[in-house]
Amino acid sequence: MAEAHPVGFQWVMEAKRRGAKVFHIDPRFTRTSALADSYLPIRAGSDIALLGGVIRYILDNELDFREYVVAYTNAATIVTEEYADTEDMHGLFSGFNDDNATYDQSSWRYEGHTQAATTQDSETQRETAAGLENESHGAPVGGETERDETLQHPRCVYQILKRHYARYTPEMVERVCGIPQEKFLELAQAWTENSGRDRTGMLVYSVGWTQHSVGVQYIRTGAIIQLLLGNVGRPGGGVMALRGHASIQGSTDIPTLFNLLPGYLPMPHHANHPTLAKWVDSIAHPGQKGFWGNARTYGVNLLKAYWGAAATADNDYCYGYLPRMTGDHGTYQQVLDMIDGKIKGYFLLGQNPAVGSAHGRAQRLGMANLDWLVVRDLFMIESATFWQNAPEIETGEIMPAECRTEVFFLPAASHVEKEGTFTQTQRLLQWREKAVEPPGDARSELWFFYHLGRVIRERLATSTRPRDRALLDLAWDYPTHGPHAEPSAEAVLLEINGYDVTSGRPLASFTEMKDDGSTAGGCWIYTGVYADGVNQAARRKPGAEQSLVAPEWGWAWPANRRILYNRASADPDGNPWSERKRYVWWDAEKGEWTGYDVPDFEKTKPPSYRPEHGASGVAGIAGDDPFILQGDGKGWLYAPTGVLDGPLPTHYEPVESPVRNPLYRQQANPTRKVYTHPINTLNPSPPEPYSQVFPFVFTVSRLTEHHTAGGMSRTVSPLAELQPEMFVEVSPELAVGRGLTHLGWAHLVTARAAIEARVLVTDRLTPLRVDGRIIHQVWLPYHFGFEGLVTGDSANDLFGISLDPNVLIQESKVGTCDVRPGRRPTGPALLDLVADYQRRAGITPGQHAPAVTEDNEGKEHGAS
Amino acid sequence: MGVRSWIEGWPVYRQLTGTDPLGRGTAAESAGSRALTARTDTADSMARSVCPYCAVGCGQRVYVKDGQVSQIEGDPDSPISRGRLCPKGAASKSLVTSPLRQTTVRYRRPYGTEWEDLDLDTALNMIADRVLAARDETWEDVDAEGRPLNRTLGFSSLGGATLDNEENYLIKKLFTAMGALQIENQARI
Amino acid sequence: MLPDPNSLYGPLDPAPDAGYENAPPRMGFFTDTSVCIGCKACEVACKEWNGVPESGLDLLGMSYDNTGALTANSWRHVAFIEQPRTAGHLAAPADVLGAPVDTGSDRPVEAGPQFLGMPGAQPPGRGWGAEGRTDFRWLMMSDVCKHCTHAACLDVCPTGSLFRTEFGTVVVQEDICNGCGYCISACPYGVIDQRKGDGRAWKCTLCYDRLGAGMTPACAQACPTESIQYGPLDELRERAAARVETLHDRGVPEARLYGHDPNDGVGGDGAFFLLLDEPEVYGLPPDPVVTTRDLPKMWKRAGLAALAMAAATVAAFVGGSS
Repeated sequence: MAEAHPVGFQWVMEAKRRGAKVFHIDPRFTRTSALADSYLPIRAGSDIALLGGVIRYILDNELDFREYVVAYTNAATIVTEEYADTEDMHGLFSGFNDDNATYDQSSWRYEGHTQAATTQDSETQRETAAGLENESHGAPVGGETERDETLQHPRCVYQILKRHYARYTPEMVERVCGIPQEKFLELAQAWTENSGRDRTGMLVYSVGWTQHSVGVQYIRTGAIIQLLLGNVGRPGGGVMALRGHASIQGSTDIPTLFNLLPGYLPMPHHANHPTLAKWVDSIAHPGQKGFWGNARTYGVNLLKAYWGAAATADNDYCYGYLPRMTGDHGTYQQVLDMIDGKIKGYFLLGQNPAVGSAHGRAQRLGMANLDWLVVRDLFMIESATFWQNAPEIETGEIMPAECRTEVFFLPAASHVEKEGTFTQTQRLLQWREKAVEPPGDARSELWFFYHLGRVIRERLATSTRPRDRALLDLAWDYPTHGPHAEPSAEAVLLEINGYDVTSGRPLASFTEMKDDGSTAGGCWIYTGVYADGVNQAARRKPGAEQSLVAPEWGWAWPANRRILYNRASADPDGNPWSERKRYVWWDAEKGEWTGYDVPDFEKTKPPSYRPEHGASGVAGIAGDDPFILQGDGKGWLYAPTGVLDGPLPTHYEPVESPVRNPLYRQQANPTRKVYTHPINTLNPSPPEPYSQVFPFVFTVSRLTEHHTAGGMSRTVSPLAELQPEMFVEVSPELAVGRGLTHLGWAHLVTARAAIEARVLVTDRLTPLRVDGRIIHQVWLPYHFGFEGLVTGDSANDLFGISLDPNVLIQESKVGTCDVRPGRRPTGPALLDLVADYQRRAGITPGQHAPAVTEDNEGKEHGAS
Repeated sequence: MGVRSWIEGWPVYRQLTGTDPLGRGTAAESAGSRALTARTDTADSMARSVCPYCAVGCGQRVYVKDGQVSQIEGDPDSPISRGRLCPKGAASKSLVTSPLRQTTVRYRRPYGTEWEDLDLDTALNMIADRVLAARDETWEDVDAEGRPLNRTLGFSSLGGATLDNEENYLIKKLFTAMGALQIENQARI
Repeated sequence: MLPDPNSLYGPLDPAPDAGYENAPPRMGFFTDTSVCIGCKACEVACKEWNGVPESGLDLLGMSYDNTGALTANSWRHVAFIEQPRTAGHLAAPADVLGAPVDTGSDRPVEAGPQFLGMPGAQPPGRGWGAEGRTDFRWLMMSDVCKHCTHAACLDVCPTGSLFRTEFGTVVVQEDICNGCGYCISACPYGVIDQRKGDGRAWKCTLCYDRLGAGMTPACAQACPTESIQYGPLDELRERAAARVETLHDRGVPEARLYGHDPNDGVGGDGAFFLLLDEPEVYGLPPDPVVTTRDLPKMWKRAGLAALAMAAATVAAFVGGSS
């Protein structure tokens, strides 16, 4: 956190001053470790084993915050007897389907439930990264459940959890993660001691956590701990994601993602969502509790914002105009399709995949096989000059005179040359004022896409083809100003907020939205950002003049709430858990919820409210159900549906690992998304033969001094000079073993690439003893590329493409490699080196380890 | 300048007659030092902004003099950052004023070996041509069973995490209306 | 007006001594290295405000320090010191090292004698405890011009380019500096430096222009963790003393102040530090002394010598004429 989010880290230092104890867990000792009270080195890719160990510690010692757990989580909920756990299935859950390597989730359901009819099959969910929809609401599940609040029923979630994590002992944590038991116990003890009525503990992760083949389950494991300890919805608690780009949260809320529409509405699927009604049902899940009961309203408002007057009740508000998904259309599928010549054109908007995406060579070869490429950036980045300067020029794989890609480089306006909102990592929208005009041809994306749309619509003006109706009917009449006819960002923000169609009055809350076409709003979760006709995101009342919550600085979705699910900061009766942790509570006299933040609950619904039998939607939420967007109103320790790789997080080895999974026969995530394209060669892992060809673990991350793929830092002199060269950090032990010298050169080899780097020998990297063996880890920054003031080989070239099944994010925080002294070969000899490694590792292009590990000699430890 | 004031401005005169006999302070102060002001004080305008790097969302104040950014520093009013910035945020002025910034359209024709210049309006129109052509060539009305698809998989897009919500909204809206599904950003990476 | 007897050595409030009547309180920096995260925001913020040019694109291999030192082109410099806290690691036992670097087997690899200086710990998981590598320390310190009470650079400056401001800070006036370089050898900390291609001497001005406008210096303004604190020196000294006490209470006995003492060899620094180890570890001189301390004595001796010389000359003339 000190390393990549230094200014956010001031609050950790603030907490430290008040006596908070800070633990830092990382494969390498970083600037964060330097300031932590305790540092735990961990083998990259083993976090679930560590956190699973903490869960076991909590349950075994009954250290959970019992009143919170019983009332607010699904610990008491009983699961069907069809459910079988990894304990009994060698690391698989019940319902595994060998044909497509996915789970049929029906055996995971709650007792007495039937699987919702509108739930898509798991393969479709994986292909369309359906897990992302759950960013703003829980997966579908019926509201009424069978519960045993004594937590004794053998099939209640609490007991299932206990059995599932029984083998995650301190000894096992040490064996899997390389963390000594004493250090582990120190962590577990501090975490539990600092949680409860009077105290809360916070879990902070950086989004490297998401870049694993089990990334979603990493975060779920953290969430389980925080729920067990009563650290969700309370001040000083929570699971805090430190995201890495100014508006990466905004770009999921208002997504530039293939599978989502604004506000986490799914892009329709050709088979499952043929009509508006079916689409709405698949979101609202009739019978489910919570605010998603109003899905039709949110959907209709979006369609109305898109197609304006053309969207009417008679034509289902132009629902038919929406394009349909048939499967995986994600960025990695696209790149492979580019290599195969299926994609003609590509826009890159402030993004540099030649350096920033996994398997850089595949990225560059893909771009070299396009008809046209549009790059909009501040600087001449690697993704714009691949045809000129890519490493593949030297190897002869790209020859400029034979590369047909037509490249348009369009200079972009910087953040001070345009106005608009960023949504930062805590869902806070902040408006930026424009300081100066952009230089020369530089323009905002707002300008570019508005005018591109205008030109395209003009070209099609006389078209009568049905396919062009969606473009011609589009509401695309934004006011413009200035010499370049810049569209008004505030007009767009107003459309996002939503308005009354007749009067134009901005809506104050999504509860004002109607499903009859009388209101329109482009992103329901952002409704309120323009309440009262005021740009609430531009509010800048000084923090010093406000409470700690600072509600009048910017605007947070939803409804300017700063802590989600904050009803949980009060006990079931509505009183604060303690004076120290008072945040939101029930004011019985006034008959309403009140507090320092906007209560995340219906304002006048008393704690004693109990829904009638059969109630669904918002009415189904009881007065003591804080998790109002979950189908059962509870925080999920156990996910009865919606998480494709299992209802409970389970330690699987990374797709590339030097060790056999010490916990189960199953080696890696059986449901991971696999691409068998011949360019996607993967290093073998046990029990496959020849894994020792790539004996070391490598991991990558950021340096304080640089930003992502370097496009905004290697081009900036005062940053470039602070970290001027690509390097690899190795432990003294590995340096001895491999003959590496400090400041000398080394090269790293995987089945994809060989890259070189200067060597930093440092005690900050340490060998770990894992399952009786010494495992060496090396670390690289991923900022470098071949353009800019400072250059170097790209670490992301080393990675192959294996994805998490829930969200289709790649495993690019851990892989295996070999490390050799000296510089890498150049030209065709570089290809020969990689080919030689592939041959020695027995790799055939397109061949991958089986989803289910069949090796019967695999180790079964712990529970036997 | 009269002779008298010239003499009074002479450091040795000031040293011998003033309060600084060793000539290390007031007597040594140069005209330049006396005229010194903070350029934030003399800026023509100041814009309230947000750092463009990570997602912490630190407040920035952008000072402008003669149409140029003259200083960017932390906004002490921000309850998130309290006026502080990391090295990247602190380098924001160098970012936006970097001599490496491209400010004109560049064009590389198929099989070209050099960049060429291109007019922005021409570029916009050429891109519109290519988008429409790719869309037409790859348009899919229905699937094998006759269910609607309404789409093109002929072109794609990557980016958005560094852009504004308003920009992403227009991008998604236009792509969706074109039937262009393949739009992705850093949130997937 | 007569100069203060402590004008060249000993405790002194430097601004009134430099002729400022009703001078504002002396302003300075307190850099608390115990909360420094080594982010280098100070280095960048300084360069942005003061227009300091690039100082080179070399990977130095000094941990994360690629700035190297305070120079004409780096007025803040963050030092990084990687430090195993316990001694006795140097001879890493080969039998437990067991690094399977070639094949994944358990073949031990010898740690050769050429490896002295790279402290190899026992492999974690064995003998972790007190001598484990989790006790590793990474010290970071943002160094800067000390703005000495007795600033030798200023005292030796023949052009009056270096001067004492009303805030008690020491500033080079670039409109005066002629690049003679006397100040450079005079600085006991090796801070002030000549800029190549320019010839003039440059160093931290404690953002004299910002101070005049009532603003905080750029580095302190940017510092995310309040490692660099700016304020009236008296207040900073009190705050620093309290911080040392807190750290001692919290089990950090090694916390100590550096440059805070008005009785030290430079009369105390306007920019002083809280360190977690000996000054030498951070590259700071342990006992700096203003190089012009003996100036009065030297003047006296030089005066006597000159008198003697004059007398001798006179005598010679007198003698010669006799």
